[in-house]
Amino acid sequence: MSGLEIRRLRVSFDGFTAVDGVDLDVRPGDLRFLIGPNGAGKTTLVDAVTGLVKAEGSVRFDGEELLGRSVHRIARSGIGRTFQTATVFEELTVLQNLDIAAGAGRSMWTMLRRRKDVPESVVRALETIGLTDLADSPAGTLAHGQKQWLEIGMLLVQDVRLLLLDEPVAGMSHDEREATGALLRRISEERTVVVIEHDMDFMRSFARSVSVLHAGRLLSEGTVAEVQADPKVQEVYLGHAAATEDATVVQEA
Amino acid sequence: MNPLKGSLRPVAGFAGAAVLLFAVAPLALTDFRLGLLAKYLCTAMVAVGICLAWGRGGLLTLGQGVFFGLGGYAMAMHLKIADAGPGNLPDFMQLYGTATELPWWWRPFANPAFALAATVLLPMAVAALLGLFVFRRRVKGAYFAILSQALAAAFAIWLIGQQATTGGTNGLTDIQGFFGYDLDDPVNQRTVYFIIAAALLALIALARQLIHSRYGELLVAVRDSEERVRFLGYDPANVKLVAYVVAAGMAGLAGALFVPAVGIISPAMIGIVPSIEFVIGAAVGGRASLVGAVLGAIGVVWAKTALSEEFPAAWTYFQGLLFIVALAFLPGGLASLAGMLRRRRARQRKATVVAVGEAA
Repeated sequence: MSGLEIRRLRVSFDGFTAVDGVDLDVRPGDLRFLIGPNGAGKTTLVDAVTGLVKAEGSVRFDGEELLGRSVHRIARSGIGRTFQTATVFEELTVLQNLDIAAGAGRSMWTMLRRRKDVPESVVRALETIGLTDLADSPAGTLAHGQKQWLEIGMLLVQDVRLLLLDEPVAGMSHDEREATGALLRRISEERTVVVIEHDMDFMRSFARSVSVLHAGRLLSEGTVAEVQADPKVQEVYLGHAAATEDATVVQEA
Repeated sequence: MNPLKGSLRPVAGFAGAAVLLFAVAPLALTDFRLGLLAKYLCTAMVAVGICLAWGRGGLLTLGQGVFFGLGGYAMAMHLKIADAGPGNLPDFMQLYGTATELPWWWRPFANPAFALAATVLLPMAVAALLGLFVFRRRVKGAYFAILSQALAAAFAIWLIGQQATTGGTNGLTDIQGFFGYDLDDPVNQRTVYFIIAAALLALIALARQLIHSRYGELLVAVRDSEERVRFLGYDPANVKLVAYVVAAGMAGLAGALFVPAVGIISPAMIGIVPSIEFVIGAAVGGRASLVGAVLGAIGVVWAKTALSEEFPAAWTYFQGLLFIVALAFLPGGLASLAGMLRRRRARQRKATVVAVGEAA
């Protein structure tokens, strides 16, 4: 079986268990949304998969065990992620950002020479994320949404097979959201995509499947409709006094 | 930007610098002043490495004196052995030491090829070992700077303690010859100056190549967001290590060439204070810009010589002030002023165009 397979994943910090025995399977070609109230352990789960925090259990991707490997080795085996706040190299141009992302396997000799032409994959990524015209602008001057796209573009040239995106549409306008959703749909045709998201409208529009985390455990899993019909999910969102907005959104659908 | 202009500008810059260093300076300066300039250029060579490691890589190398000293002592040991002649001990060993023959770790330096290679490779090896340890453990920022400082202090203190084999506080002094040439001869002194000027230009060219290569772009990426680089599949420790080791090699070469130019190397030239002084020049001139770092380094040591003759006590305070002002108000150094002016002019031009457009 290929794709992402997580078994009995446990992450604890000083006695506090952030992720408590989660099992999760995501097949290639899926566009999986990971939702849940704040503190449910969504980001921690992604941190564990990408090697940022120590975890127990097992995380396999295309049959390879990832736990215990260093961050850059996990990245090299085809797993990429973005962060809640877009982190691009602000002083470098869009093109340089993408070129660096494309180059983890470059030889010493290539590294020590100047970039003569633009790699094919970078040209394609620029088109995919719609930043071709801004290729030579410093990434620091991009609008918020464009930075998020640049990050996704970097994952594309990195040629990852698993993309883990942490709130990719936070702070985006409606049009930008639609564009991002369409982009994710296209990307997920040949790669595995996992999206952490708080935006329920966005989730309903684009998710192929949904996993709900609550207090470090997997609460519910299935299609958007199945998850929304699950009384346990409704209770979590309703019980969350501050998040009544989310609850009504869940109920509305 | 016009691509032709972009590629011609560095060539013109190198040509201009070469004319200044090889034609104008020897004609315009007395032998004494030319000797001083040779010394300043050695500091500039260290600054080239600092520009790479600190300006581009974000590694605040506050201990370059160690590598400068390793290069300097490697060269001076060979020259002292050569001065003493076959079978004889260097003068200070006869004075302070009880040994009747060269210590074992001096012996390889009798070989000129070994000594020359060691001036660059020894600092690089030490930096590689240290860097491997430090960067793998993710020591960074102020901790890295403090560690570098401590190392410089430790090295100077160790040298002072080994009076019999290193000359102690005095260092290795009174060096007479340079590979068979008498250093008292002004003609040979000039040759040393030319070697130093050529070495400086070569190091600048090397650093320029590194900065504009893909590696240079990656180094800036590591400086600005190390964690992000890791998630792209690179090990930032290796990226930083390369810049650190190259900078150490440059400082080593500078130390080695400093010895024939000045005739002495001592712990006072490689400890904490000189290590900070190496960094100040680069900070004032502009640490991220090669031209800025080099000119800043030359300017600050020149000012030190000029001002400390007049106001020996005030210089230290002035130097400290210079460093703080540069870091607090002009982090890009003087080199960033040019860019700021250019941007301001561009903005004004834009504003004028808009105003004219509105008026019409």
